[in-house]
Parts: sequence; C-alpha cells; structure tokens
Amino acid sequence: MTLIVAIVASLAFVHGAAAAETAPSCDVPESFLPADVELTRVANAIKDHHRLDISVIGSASSALAGPDGARFAYPAQLEQALRERLPGNEIKVTAHIQSRQTTADMAASLAGIMAEDHPVLVIWQAGTVDALRGVEPDDFRNSLDQGLDAVAAGNGDAILMNMQYSPRTESMLNVSTYADVMHWVAEQRNILLFDRLAIMHYWSDEGTFDLYAATNGYAMARRVHECIGRALASQIISAGHFETDKLQTTR
Amino acid sequence: MVANPMAIVSQTPAVSGERDLRLDLFRGVALWLIFLDHIPDNIVSWITIRNYGFSDATEIFIFISGYTAAFVYGRTMHQRGFVLASARILRRAWQIYVAHIFLFTIFMAEIAYVAATFENPLYAEEMKILDFLKQPDITIFQALLLKFKPVNMDVLPLYIVLLLLFPPALFLLLRRPNLALAVSAVVYALAWKFDFNLPAYPNGVWFFNPFAWQLLFVFGAWCAVGGAQRLGGVLRSPIVLAVALAYLLFAFAITLTWHIESLDRFVPGWLAEWMYPIDKTNLDVLRFAHFLALAAVTVYFVPVHWSGLKSPILQPAIRCGQHSLEIFCLGVFLAFAGQFIIAESSGGPLLQTAISVLGIFIMIATANLISWYKSIEGRGPLSKAKPPDADLAGGEA
Repeated sequence: MTLIVAIVASLAFVHGAAAAETAPSCDVPESFLPADVELTRVANAIKDHHRLDISVIGSASSALAGPDGARFAYPAQLEQALRERLPGNEIKVTAHIQSRQTTADMAASLAGIMAEDHPVLVIWQAGTVDALRGVEPDDFRNSLDQGLDAVAAGNGDAILMNMQYSPRTESMLNVSTYADVMHWVAEQRNILLFDRLAIMHYWSDEGTFDLYAATNGYAMARRVHECIGRALASQIISAGHFETDKLQTTR
Repeated sequence: MVANPMAIVSQTPAVSGERDLRLDLFRGVALWLIFLDHIPDNIVSWITIRNYGFSDATEIFIFISGYTAAFVYGRTMHQRGFVLASARILRRAWQIYVAHIFLFTIFMAEIAYVAATFENPLYAEEMKILDFLKQPDITIFQALLLKFKPVNMDVLPLYIVLLLLFPPALFLLLRRPNLALAVSAVVYALAWKFDFNLPAYPNGVWFFNPFAWQLLFVFGAWCAVGGAQRLGGVLRSPIVLAVALAYLLFAFAITLTWHIESLDRFVPGWLAEWMYPIDKTNLDVLRFAHFLALAAVTVYFVPVHWSGLKSPILQPAIRCGQHSLEIFCLGVFLAFAGQFIIAESSGGPLLQTAISVLGIFIMIATANLISWYKSIEGRGPLSKAKPPDADLAGGEA
C-alpha cells in the first residue's frame, strides 16, 4: 500500500513539474464564450464615451494571495487585456473582492457598488462560498435574482461567473448544483455567463494546465488568472459587437 | 378495497415466496450506475440513464428497496406480528447506519490525506472545505447524527430514515394498501407545499428529502403487497405503453438540450418556465413520472418469467442486486478510491474507463463471494435445502 502511494505520488510530482515548465497557449474555443446576448451598455459606453467602467464582485477565487497578488489576479488581467485590445479607450476595472462572502452578502452590497462605481458592466463571480456553506439552492437563486435586479436598476450590464474547476476537491465540494442554478438564472434573465468551470475543465482536458498538481508556487495560479482575464476580455468584446475584426481569438 | 385484508396479502408475493429476479437484476444495474455516476468527470458515466432522461439510478434503487422491504418484512409481519417485523426492520436500519459510518471513516481518511498533501494557491478558497478537519469534535458528532454528509453519501441516510418510518407504514399497507399510498402522497404534497425537510450541517437541508422520497419507497412497497397485480391490466395496455414511451422520448429530447447548448432555443420559454428547475432533492414530479414511465416500459417488455433472467449473462447483475447493501457500500468506496487514483495520476479517459470496468468487476466478484459465504452457512440464495430466510428472500430489503 505504501509502495502504491509512493509511486502514485511520484507520478503526480513528475506531472506537476512538467506542467510548471511549459506555458502553452490557453486559447478558448468560441463555443465556450457565448456572446449571443448583446452588452448594449458596454457597446454604447465605448462608442459614445470611449470609456469602459467595469466592477468585479466576488470571493477569494477572484483574487490571488502572495506578493502583489492583486496585480496578477484576473480583474487586473482583464483590465490589461481590454486596454491592449481596445486602444484609445479608457478602461477601468474595480474589484470588490472579499473572501467568505456569500452570494446573499454580495447581492446586498451590489446596490452600493452601483451607486459608487457607476459601472456599465458588472462581472459577478459567485457560487463557491455558497457551495462551501451548503446554502440552499433556492436561496442562492433568489440572491442572484436580487443582485441582478440591483445591477439592472443601476443601469449596468451583467456577466455571471461560476466556480473554478477544482478536480482535487471535487469529491468533497459539490459545485454542480450551484453551477446549474447559475446556468438557469443566466438563461432566464437573458444575461451572459462566463463559464469558468467549463473553461478550466477544458484547459485540464487539453493539458494546458495540470490542475491536479500540488504546488506552493504562484506561477501556475497567475497564469490561470491571466488566461481567465483574457478569455473574459474576448467574451466582452464579442458581446459588445464593437470590434468585429478582432472577434476570433483570445490572444 | 376487499373486505378481508388478509385475503389480499395471501395472494401476494409477500407471502407466496416466489422471487422476482427482475428486482435483483435492475437493482444490480442501478448499483453499477450509481458507482459510475459517483466518480466525478467519469467518461463512462455517459452511458448512465441520468444523461438520457429526468430520473436516475437513485429512483430505481429506492423503489426496489421499498418493494423488497415490503416483500420481506410484510411476510414477517403477516406471520409473526407487528413487533417482530418492526424489530427486524429496525435491526436493518441499524446495519445500514453502521455501514454509513464505516464509509464516513473512509471518506475522512481520504480528506485528511488530501489536506496533508495537496496545496495550490489557485485553490485557496476551495480548500476551505477541509476546514471541518479542524473541528473534529463537531464534525464527527454531526456525522453520527446524520446531519453532516459528505458528497455522494446521502443515499444511506435516506434509506435509514425510510426504514425507521416503515413499521407503521407497512402495518397500514398490509391492511389498507391504497389508503397507505394515499397518506404517502399527501405527505409528499405537504413536503412540497410547506417545504419541510431534515436539517443538515453546517447548514441547509438533506440532499434527498425523506418526506418527498418516501413516496417512491412506499409506492414500491405498495406494488409488493398486491399493487403490482392490480396494476397488471393497466401495464399491459398499449395506450399506457404509448404514453410512457412518448414521455421517455420527451424527457430524452429535453436532456439532449442540456448537453448540446445550441438545441436550447428549441425549448419554448413557457415550457422551460414551467418545467425548470427539475428538483432532485424533493423528487420532482417530472422525475417521479419519468421513473414510472421507465418502469411501465420495462415491465411490459420484461415479464416476470422471462427466460433471459436465467441466462448467465445477467447473473452478475442479479447477484449484485441480491446483496445490495454490501455492494452499494463497496460502490461508494470504489468511487472514492477510483477518484483518488484518477486525481493522483492526473488520469484521462483511458484510466477512467479502466477504473470503471475494474470497479464493476470487483463489485461482481464481491457479490459472488458473499453468496458463497451465505451458501456455506446454508442460508443464501444458492442453498435450496432450508426455507428462505426473511432477510434474504427476494434479495435483501
């Protein structure tokens, strides 16, 4: 038994080491980035004011710990990607990240964020803390509705972002129920979902990232956040319909 | 309603002693499917029925468990009285409780290992699920109270509660079966109306609401005490068959739209509005109906004396179904172990397939081993000499 564990563990180690050395492209097929709902407010803000204010609200998986974590986390990466791809426009991404906040907590603070930031687009990352705490799916759904009402009332477009694909905790943390609710709410309200779960799953299947790897280094986490930021920028640009010549690829 | 309730009972399988191998067969298959579904991201789980309709293997398992519980303990209650039958039912509940706690221990071992070896800043948030290891005093107590249940460990607690409530239900089923079924349906409706369920830890409610799922269990029991015969005419009707097939086709079409996003637009808004979400926790009516349709079609095409039930190809599934508690627990354990191996070796579809096949093979081998043990003790399905044991007739309860 010990021998098997040792062999398996060394295999995992070799895998992890190999993944850390290479940095393959993390392009995401278009089918993972639906843009069938037009982000009209985003489009108008760019067209009329050459300016785009985005607020990101989420829990710990929207941030990175470690030195200079905020600079490497996906909100900052999104800002950078949009600046590169929409030159001549002023892009500002404000992050409201707090670990341990549930969707209900975030729903309650969204009205304040709308009043303070006046964003034209809110990216709302939700679900992980609710899954951790076992919040009732019905309550989760109501909180999403309540928060999205607040965004609409504050005159903003919205994109929901679901959980990370985390294969190592999959047998302990049931995220699929909450992912289903988010799919359903996005469908019902006709808003976009950034399907982080499916995208990271795709990266894992493709071997882009070894998400099983155990590491205490930040290299892979930063790279994943960079790729999420870029994929998110692609989705916003496609759904804004304002840069048709650059719709095709992530980077 | 018949004037002498015992007249019904005496005609039923509950006392006739004839074993319906279809129950063992489909319960065995359900156990395999539950195993496959419990390995996350298992490519082989694409073959399981949850991808092709509303209901899944859990419905089959609970229905057949209700059926066999009534079949086995109904006879005991009829022949030896309420007290003795209740005592046996409660002993069964206790066995399942012990099995559940055993599985919980294995789960804890896995979690503790992951907590000690896995680290990745990307998953700082998700790893908080392991925080409960920091307060074993609370967590283990909550597990003993069946309030703290790790992922995929919800079925046995449901089964325990269903058995605890079964003695009075069986008492009524043997006398006024239709009334018992009606009471069950009322409880189901009230659970929906007033949204009651058992509490879970750290918060929330049970994943399988016992007050809703009891309907399926009692319906199974009702079938065992004569309901199946009464439904016989209905089940042979081609109209019923057509309706059932149509509904299965509808459910299949709807589930297709879950897997192929581009088909989503063909589901009309009013239908989606009415239909979704399809609630597993509270046994959505659509799921229940889907199970009924599946059962109706199955019963139509697989009669009780179907010769195929004796064919050697089906014996492995039948054997697994006959030792359902052991094989269920083994399946949960194998799913843990399989998932662990897949995670440790970053495994792909090939490894998933190998583990799925190997797991089912181990389940079959174990079922045969248990049969062998019981046969040498002279009390299993393999032994013909002794009269059938109440705990084993028709498989276990």
